[in-house]
Amino acid sequence: MLTIAVEKTLGEFAVNVAFTSESGVTALFGPSGAGKTTIVNMIAGLLKPDSGRIALNSDVVFDAAAGINLPTWRRRIGYVFQEGRLFPHLSVRHNLDYGRWMSGEAADPAAFAHAVELLDIGHLLDRRPGKLSGGERQRVAIGRALLMRPRLLLLDEPLASLDAARKQDIVPYLLRLRDEAKVPMIYVSHDPVEIARIATRVVRLDDGKVAATGGVELLT
Amino acid sequence: MFGLSPQEWTAVLLSLRVATVATAVALPFGIAVAYALARSSFWGKPLVEAIVYVPLVLPPVVTGYLLLITFGRRAPVGAFLADHFGIVFSFRWTGAALACSIMAFPLMVRAIGLSIEAIDRRLEDAAATLGANPMWIFLTVTLPLALPGIIAGAMLAFARALGEFGATITFVSNIPGETQIISAAIYTLTQVPGGDEAALRLVIISVVISLGALIVSEWLARRATARLHGI
Repeated sequence: MLTIAVEKTLGEFAVNVAFTSESGVTALFGPSGAGKTTIVNMIAGLLKPDSGRIALNSDVVFDAAAGINLPTWRRRIGYVFQEGRLFPHLSVRHNLDYGRWMSGEAADPAAFAHAVELLDIGHLLDRRPGKLSGGERQRVAIGRALLMRPRLLLLDEPLASLDAARKQDIVPYLLRLRDEAKVPMIYVSHDPVEIARIATRVVRLDDGKVAATGGVELLT
Repeated sequence: MFGLSPQEWTAVLLSLRVATVATAVALPFGIAVAYALARSSFWGKPLVEAIVYVPLVLPPVVTGYLLLITFGRRAPVGAFLADHFGIVFSFRWTGAALACSIMAFPLMVRAIGLSIEAIDRRLEDAAATLGANPMWIFLTVTLPLALPGIIAGAMLAFARALGEFGATITFVSNIPGETQIISAAIYTLTQVPGGDEAALRLVIISVVISLGALIVSEWLARRATARLHGI
């Protein structure tokens, strides 16, 4: 379970939010500029809140009052970026293996095969990211984040760079991730249709604040 | 070979050795300085930048003279290095390599710095979310992505070192077999009657080596760039 209560001021814009997220998929929903990406970056440790506290279950990753700020690389929180951000100099296979290399874990062929099968990327393994389509790239990015065995998976508008048809292609994979891999997820989007299909819980944001929390009925 | 006299041949080999050593020794420093200048802001950064780039604008003879009064056998730094580490630069080929390193350093730092600045830092963030600590990020993301610039910087430095004349001759003189690099040998040959033919031979060799270095670097940098774009 993620517990977050943070404040961050970026120039004219201020984020001040508090919410919790259980297992399943919690959507951060709101118009662009509502502070969605700012919030996930703080959860990931890429942006430091001015004050507040972020905890995963009983593990505090940030606490301004206690002076705790776990660096990103020690948080074990997966992140799927809008633009994929695959490493261009590594093959798909090596992109997928990157998290395991960094944690120094032994190869787990079963987990690898399962992720590859789940995301249907087996035929891409020896290619380089430059040769992938947008949808393939996002699937590999999801696989890369999944294979580091994250405690929580952040997805920041993972479908925004895709056209409508490609979006529909990816959604089933996300549902499998939710229902089969059972990774708790924070899913950022401004698209209510997309969220309605994926999310189990919705946090609606507006102008850096939580406007409402609840189920998918908030989307309307 | 190529109709070169043993002395000319010695100058060619010495030049290649000096330029290779100068480039190899300067490279780790070049990468470190380029990274620091590209990524961090610290007090006195403009001063460090000025010191790195000053050999580009100073007359080479001035740089050579500054080296002489710093690293000469009786100069403070030179005497210290000689007494404690047995490293002697003055009138040795190692001094020629030091002079070449310093003359080539700004070009190297410039090329590497540009490629580091061009790196999409969001890829480094992505590596951090995957559990890479800062050292691993540098080794597995930053360094490979900067490779075209590192190759270009190394080759520019190598070519610059081959062409070095003023700083070297001022610092370590023009001793055949020890510090007489190609350019110094050409200069010497043009000062003696009947030396034109030998000078021309060395000029041709010099042109061939320099062009070769540029072509190889261009080819390597293209390959590295293609690799980086995931092709």
